[in-house]
Amino acid sequence: MSRRPYLRKVERSWWLQHPRYVAYMIRELTSLFVGLYCALLAIGLVRLSQGAAAWDGFVAAFSSPPGVAFQLLCLVFAIYHSVTWFALTPKAMPLVVKGEPVPGTVIVGAHYVAWAAVSAIVLIAAGV
Amino acid sequence: MSETVTLEVLRYRPESDSEPHFQRYTVPYRDDWVVLDALNHIKDNLDATLSYRWSCHMAVCGSCGMMINNEPKLSCHSFLRDYRGRVIRVEPLDHFPIERDLVIVMDSFMDKLSSVKPYLIPKQDKPLGAGEYLQSPGELNAFHQYTQCINCVLCYAACPQIGLNEDFVGPAALALAHRYNLDSRDGGKDARAEMVASNEGIWECTFVGACSQVCPKQVDPAAAIQQTKISASVDWLKNLLTPGAHK
Repeated sequence: MSRRPYLRKVERSWWLQHPRYVAYMIRELTSLFVGLYCALLAIGLVRLSQGAAAWDGFVAAFSSPPGVAFQLLCLVFAIYHSVTWFALTPKAMPLVVKGEPVPGTVIVGAHYVAWAAVSAIVLIAAGV
Repeated sequence: MSETVTLEVLRYRPESDSEPHFQRYTVPYRDDWVVLDALNHIKDNLDATLSYRWSCHMAVCGSCGMMINNEPKLSCHSFLRDYRGRVIRVEPLDHFPIERDLVIVMDSFMDKLSSVKPYLIPKQDKPLGAGEYLQSPGELNAFHQYTQCINCVLCYAACPQIGLNEDFVGPAALALAHRYNLDSRDGGKDARAEMVASNEGIWECTFVGACSQVCPKQVDPAAAIQQTKISASVDWLKNLLTPGAHK
């Protein structure tokens, strides 16, 4: 008898079929907003190089209600991305000190401390 | 009337079926039965044509992996009582060709497994008379978790990247490569890197993490792959800065 293996196709909606894949796709989607925000900052630099009027226009657009709404949206996605990534760091970067594994909570906590420290430096540098 | 449970089993008989279809069976409910017991009941009493793999019935051999209500599971490790009051849908593992009914074709996995050289490649061969390759408990702990893999391939069924790119080496094989790379007696990291650090290797993984969630032996392949990514990146950088010095 001849063999006739049957391969079932992966449906385009595969990621809707389990909550873990939905959560994964949301995390992937957050990258899009983080990337868009970076692109906008790059545009800001270009506008700055074009003189005071161009820069003022850029700041006005960023400060308008739609501009603020977009930044808030980016902030929410960036926080979601960061928190889910920090939660994964013990897997990606396990540490062993004096032969003993460092607890995952310590590794995750260190990331939050570093995040707070970098944020504080940026805020101080910005004169806030 | 005594309690029963309904199983909806995917059937595929290549000699007569053009594509798979579901078939319903009603079996007695027992508190201490697992899905595999229900399948054995069907095979022995209701329909002898049903085909599936199993051997040990104790989550050691890794033969009886199936999709149970859309989740990759060992059927010997899935109690009927956990699905009480629901229809239990049993399908062959996702992302593998179906040979017959619940039996999958595993050839692609066997090829991927052997491609990462999952065995000790000693740093230096020494004569038998020179004694054993010694290892401390700490050195054993570094990789022990990854030795628990039973090749049940539940992780391949859970990994969407396997479904989207059949060439991806996949979680279990990459975890085993990591296991040998971490072994203090091993010197085969560079020999494995050709496959492990290729586009079809670790870089195809997008850290979905499903492999580790479904692993019945807590191997955590997702962790192994992310650690290998870091290690491969460090090796690449070292090679870039001091070419040829790290072979």
